[in-house]
This record gives sequence, structure tokens and C-alpha cells, in this order.
Amino acid sequence: MSVSAAFSSAGVSVAEKAVPGSDVTFDKVSVAYRGAVVLKPLTMAVAAGEILAMIGPSGSGKTTALRAVAGFVRPAAGRILIGGADVTNLPPYERGLAMVVQNYALFPHMRVSENVAFGLNARGAAKDLVARRTEESLRIVGMSKYSSRFPRELSGGQQQRVAIARALAVRPRVLLLDEPLSALDAQIRRSMVEEIARLHADLPELTILYVTHDQSEALTLADRIAILKDGQLSAIGRTGELYRRPPNRFAAEFLGRANLLPVTVERSAQDGGFVQARLGETKVVVAGGDHPAGAERLLCVRPQNLTLTGDAERSNRIEAVLREIHWQGELTHLVAQIGESTLRAVATRLPDPPARGDRLAFFFSPADANLIVEDPGV
Amino acid sequence: MSDAVALAPRAASLNLGGWWIAPPLIVLALLFLYPLVLIAHAALVDDSGGLNFGAAWDVLNSRAFLNALLNTAEIALASTIGCVVLGLTLGLILAFAPFPGAPLVAQVIDTFIALPTFLVTLAFTFLYGSAGILNGALTSGLGLDHPPVDFLYSAWGVILAEVTVYTPFVLRPLLAAFSLVDHSQIEVACLLGARPLRIVRQVILPAALPAIVAGGSLCLLLTVNEFGIVLFIGAKGVITLPLLIYSKAIQESDYQGACAIAIVNVALSLALFSLYRFAARRLGG
Repeated sequence: MSVSAAFSSAGVSVAEKAVPGSDVTFDKVSVAYRGAVVLKPLTMAVAAGEILAMIGPSGSGKTTALRAVAGFVRPAAGRILIGGADVTNLPPYERGLAMVVQNYALFPHMRVSENVAFGLNARGAAKDLVARRTEESLRIVGMSKYSSRFPRELSGGQQQRVAIARALAVRPRVLLLDEPLSALDAQIRRSMVEEIARLHADLPELTILYVTHDQSEALTLADRIAILKDGQLSAIGRTGELYRRPPNRFAAEFLGRANLLPVTVERSAQDGGFVQARLGETKVVVAGGDHPAGAERLLCVRPQNLTLTGDAERSNRIEAVLREIHWQGELTHLVAQIGESTLRAVATRLPDPPARGDRLAFFFSPADANLIVEDPGV
Repeated sequence: MSDAVALAPRAASLNLGGWWIAPPLIVLALLFLYPLVLIAHAALVDDSGGLNFGAAWDVLNSRAFLNALLNTAEIALASTIGCVVLGLTLGLILAFAPFPGAPLVAQVIDTFIALPTFLVTLAFTFLYGSAGILNGALTSGLGLDHPPVDFLYSAWGVILAEVTVYTPFVLRPLLAAFSLVDHSQIEVACLLGARPLRIVRQVILPAALPAIVAGGSLCLLLTVNEFGIVLFIGAKGVITLPLLIYSKAIQESDYQGACAIAIVNVALSLALFSLYRFAARRLGG
């Protein structure tokens, strides 16, 4: 059942379902444990109603940043503002937030309905409101008929739905999701990602801070993505833009696969136009960017943006020798050698597959590539 | 596959029939059942060898026995409640509000399990006795004629000593249970708006309930049967069942009466143990 349908069948008005989200601001927030800095001064803003995904490898500081918002770790410096108010020194129970965690953290001795009602009771809500919100929240996540069960009687996916219902029931100012789908198997995870996306479509005012190490979850759900590395913000931007035009090597490689080929800038962009660069003996043209002539850069192009057929007049054309070819049902992966670099391409249809050792021409549009600095420090 | 299973040699096993149960039964009978039978025999069989409930009934109907039973129940219950409350408080602090040196404190408390019970009582005598440090300081400091603190030689002294000795028996299982509490449950509850007391009441205690019941039951069993502390303190008018048995057997040479009371004491212990097992089974899910 979709969220909209659930609301309709619950008889919930638009006003009731609206969740007043708040913006979150990290103002030079740093966190240290016993003198070791785990989050370097972080300045970042999350708009009300936005889903911001914080991604990064283990130890990147993403969970620490989330826990600082929750109030579980006290920043060594800086401020955290929610809805414009400084909450840095507020205890977690006064921040008006809710969180869903990887292991669900349902209270095992409470039935599903009691779990969902917990936050409302803790906040001193009236009995009729508790009953109504509990029912609504369970209906939103499609768990109404399981209200009298204990968590141990539910599957992992069902438990996570209950955890989400419990968080939604208190109408949080910001919903914190800490790797909420990591414990689920791949198929259920995909379905839960879609459910969370639908949930946010129906609750557009809900601000969500979503921590994950899974870039596909982030790409599916997030309005914006913040990539952290070694306790530092490496890149932040709108999801599509960050994916298409990553600002640095780490962002390019962490957010999906990317071909990064060394090039020399020949002519910088004129009036926001195209940059001309040289890749070996081949000239390539890519869109935009502030790159002076003579600078060494990396040409970043995603494997799926390389094709074996193209309009030679308008596309970039690079030649490489096919080293490997892997047919994987829907997709065919091609690995080719260009100079000392490896070039990866993905094709959806290959009626006449090439053979290893073939010299192939790969095409890509100038708009599907960008130049990045080799090592910007993060 | 089925052929393979059919052809596989059967695992060798010792065919002892039912005789394997004999050795443990013999040990059980010699160490536990035989002494109990002897006690029951001494309580219910008179010198002529016939069953005689009269003597036992007289003892069990006496004021001394009823007082001892009441004292035993009161002291055991009060001590157990004290142990649970103190153990719970210490456990919550040590597990959820750790301070520098908390593990050391936990280990020091643990060592009380290894100490003989009279040692704590002896220490209490030095501390709170009529000639103890506290009374000495108060009488000299305030210029009093008599020591003002005299609780040690009452039921309260026994209860305080038992609480001191037996709290680790509650604390140890509680700390083990607390270590298994999922901290993310506490964090989620906190973020949902629950303050510390609600979290303790609704999240931590339900998770630790089996440990509380187990520790509390053990305390109740041990305090019902506590002998050394009561004897060592020698509180006036504080006679418990074990002390009454001792008094009947050793001081009055009334073995029949002592055995009759011992049967009640054993029955009480077994009933408490059954209750503990029942509660542990129910709470353990």
C-alpha cells in the first residue's frame, strides 16, 4: 500500500499528515574522542524538508556528525542549530528528533503498538492522540495488522517498518536515519529504499538526515549528498550534479564507478563554454570548469556514458584496446586499455560483441564529462 | 543418497541400559537425601521407633518457633529488598554512568562474595559497635555518657550486614544483564523524548528483570538460611530459624525439636527455590 493510500484509508487530513520539518546547521562542528579528532570542523546546512545523505567509508565521521545532531556526542567546538535555535547543549530528549538505526532498536518486551506509542507517551501526549497517532503511523508503514505482535515475531523488514513508524509517530523536527537498511538483505533493502522515497514524497516537509555507506541508497533517496572522508567534508552537492560532475577523485570514485584519465588542459573555458584538453594524442572537449591552459587534470567520465556508437561530429572519440568483456545479462561490461590507464564502459545492448584485442572507438558527450583536480587535499 | 544413509555404519554407543543413572543417584542419595531422611527420622520418630508427630507439633506450635519464623521472614525480605535496591542503584551507575575507576569499584564489590560473612560483621562491630570508631568519635566529640549509635545489636544490624554481604549476589547478574542491553535502544528512547528515569523504568529494567529475579531469589535463599551474621552480631531478641535450630540442638540438646524446625527450614528453602525457577522460566521466555 502506498503512503498516500494509507493516509486516505486512515482518514488522515493533509494538515495532520504534514510534519513540520526544521533546517539543520552544522556551524564549524568538530568532535574529538580523548584528544583524537574524528570530525574536523564541519560547516553544512540541511534545508527544511530536504533529504541529505551523508556517505563515506568507515571512520569518515558521518555517524559522528549524525550523533552530534542527536546529542549523543558533544562537539569539541562549533554549534548545531535546528530550526535556527542552538541545540548544542540541549539533552537529546529535548531536541524534538527521532532516529531509526541499523538494528531497529525496538523494545523487545513491548508490543508493536507500544513501541510506536513510546515516544508519544514519553512526551506526555494525551491518550486519544497517542492512540490515533499510533494507528496512523502503523498504517503509513503498512503494519497495522501486526500491532499486537512482539518484535521477535516480525521479520527484519517488518521490524524496520515499525521502527520508522515509531519515529514518525512523534512528528520529529528532523528524522535521523543511521544506516537503517544495512541489516536487511539486498531485495528487501531495495524495496525499503523505494518505500522511504514514497514516504518522503507524501511527507515532503520532513527533514531527513540519512547516513549510509551505500551510494545507491543515497542516489535514490537524497536531494543532496555530503561525502565525508577522514572526518572531513570531501564534497557536497545536489545528487544528480554531484554524480555527473564530481569535484574530486574521492567523490568520483565513491559515488559510483568513474574513469579517471590524465589529461592536459589546452584551452580554458571561454564564457562558460567548453574546455579543450589532450588525452595522449587525442583531443577531448568537456563542459565548463575553471581550468587554466597547461594544467594537469583528470578527465572524469562514467562507464555508462561511454558508447561504442556516436556522432563523431559532436562527440568525443577515444580509442582503446579491449582487454576484457563480461556479459552480465542486462549489461555488458567492457574493460579496455588506453595508454597506461584502464577504461571501463557499460553497454546495455551489444548485438555484435567485440572480441578481446579489438581496437575500439569509445564516444562520450562533452556534457557527460568533467575535469577534476588530481588531489585537492580531501 | 538414501542408500548412502542406509549403508553408513551406525554410531557406536555404550549399551548400558538404564544403569548409567545409578552413580549420580547414589551420590545424590548419600550427600543430600540420606541426611534429609535422617533429619526427618529424628524429627518424627520417637525413641520407641514409632511415628510421633506430637513432639514436632509442639515445637512448631511454640511461640519461640513462630517468632523465629517471623524474624527470619522479616529479615530475609528486608535484606533482599535492600540488596536489590542497592544492587540496582550501583549497577545502573557502574553500567550506564561510568566514572574513572568504576571497573575497580565493581571488582572490590565482587570480592565481598569471597569473604566469610562473619568478617563483615566483625568490621561492623569495629565501626558501629558500642566501642566502635563511630560511637567512640561521637561520645568523645559530643561529651556523651553512652554510645548513641546502637542499631548494630538489633534486627537492623543484621539487615545492614546481610545487605552488605549479599548485594554483590544481585549486582553481578545485574551487571551481566546491563552489559547485554542494546545501547541503541536507550539512545532511541532518549531521542524520542524519554528522560533517564523513564528509560530506566521502561527500557532497562524490563531487560534486566530476569537478572533481578535471579539475584533477588538467590539473596532471599541465602538470607533465609543465614547463620553466621545473626550469631556473630548476637542481637537481643533476634532469633531466626537457623539460630533456633542451633540453639535447640547445641544448647538445649533437643535434637528432635531442632530437626522438626530444620524440616520447615528446608521446605521453606525448596519453596523459594521452586518459586525462583518458576519465575526464571517465565521471565526467560
